[in-house]
Amino acid sequence: MFFMKNLQGRHLISPNDLSLEEIRAIIELAHDMKRNRSKYSTLCQGQILATLFYEPSTRTKLSFESAMLRMGGSILGFSDANTSAVAKGESIADTIRVLGSYADIAVMRHPREGAPKLASEFSAIPLINGGDGGHQHPTQTLTDLLTIDTYRQRLDGLSVAFCGDLKYGRTVHSLIETLARYQGCKFYLVSPEELVLPLRQKEHLVKKYGSEIIECRRMEEALPHLDILYMTRIQKERFFNEADYLRLKNSFILDAEKMKLAKSDMIVMHPLPRVNEISYEVDRDPRAVYFPQAELGVYVRMALMAHLLGVSK
Amino acid sequence: MIEVASIKRGIVIDHITAGKGLLIFNKLNLASLGYPVVLLMNVPSGRMGKKDIIKIENFVDVDTAMLGLIDSSITVNVIESEHVTNKVRVSIPQEVKGLFTCSNPRCVTNTDSYVMPSFRLHDKKSCSYSCEYCEEITRVNLA
Repeated sequence: MFFMKNLQGRHLISPNDLSLEEIRAIIELAHDMKRNRSKYSTLCQGQILATLFYEPSTRTKLSFESAMLRMGGSILGFSDANTSAVAKGESIADTIRVLGSYADIAVMRHPREGAPKLASEFSAIPLINGGDGGHQHPTQTLTDLLTIDTYRQRLDGLSVAFCGDLKYGRTVHSLIETLARYQGCKFYLVSPEELVLPLRQKEHLVKKYGSEIIECRRMEEALPHLDILYMTRIQKERFFNEADYLRLKNSFILDAEKMKLAKSDMIVMHPLPRVNEISYEVDRDPRAVYFPQAELGVYVRMALMAHLLGVSK
Repeated sequence: MIEVASIKRGIVIDHITAGKGLLIFNKLNLASLGYPVVLLMNVPSGRMGKKDIIKIENFVDVDTAMLGLIDSSITVNVIESEHVTNKVRVSIPQEVKGLFTCSNPRCVTNTDSYVMPSFRLHDKKSCSYSCEYCEEITRVNLA
């Protein structure tokens, strides 16, 4: 049974809002939607998704829209706060109250951390966090989990390296917290000192889940041990000076030479967009799954919305 | 020794750590009450050595969560007919609403004024709280 009735009408603000059983149900439905897409082409007929994007987004917004359209539903919304009533000073609370009468489900991206949680308190329809500042991005986490499940057929007992910006990267914060809930996952953290995972989260992972964490300054130290390499972009603006950026950026670039150190069945993931942290030559390596990962994001969002709307086949 | 008469009906905030009485007096805005209020400072105490005490001659709402954040040694006594009818020992609250702001400048509670900042106790020892909205940890110091 892929469908869990108790998700109907709920909001998704953080991956922790979902039990592991509920995550499994969403993943199983997403697998089935990928296998039998036509079976679900009218699942959301008559349903409307509102996309409330207070800051720019390409992948998240379009994948949500694609997901709803592939299930026969419709979409409305805004992708720039300056072209909506927000520009006139409307509050988040009022916007979501009104949108609740125009649509059946909503996704919100907002630069302010906690904004989707606030909106959910005033929302009469299920609200999904599409990313709030550096805080959470739960549907990226679901996408990542579906990708791991697709290529490794399990979510426990994995050795996973997170590489790049671990300080500000919300995709890393959400995914590591969720994977820690599964038994036996081991984490390698590969980042420059300036961008290490916040101490608070590291302590929390060890204290709450007993996670095994190994910190490395060089990718090469971790590569031979990994099932999954999760790459993220290092943003130049995070560095205090240009010299530090130039000194460090190459240590966190994955290329074909470094891939030789990895196991034959390791997978390389990336939430995209990439800048230069993965050389284009790696794209040809069958272990690079970041483009299929983006595609899986559509199926997982389809499965999530179907659950929250309470529509089933 | 200064003698202060006992009150017939009201509130006594007792076992205040010496030196914090004036802060609590101000935080509770007791000067504006219009009832008789006494602040005693550096009163000899068997348990504490010295303590501060506040006596209020009438019933007022006392925010025990805030008292707990300032000084968890406090007891609040309710007095009726010169007898203690209820004694509440304050403690560091598990949940706090609106008493302080989130330390994360990017948190929505710092821009949307209609939101009441809400927190859950993160660590009692450091008196730190986790924001209900952005989950950032804020160390509380109401002094």
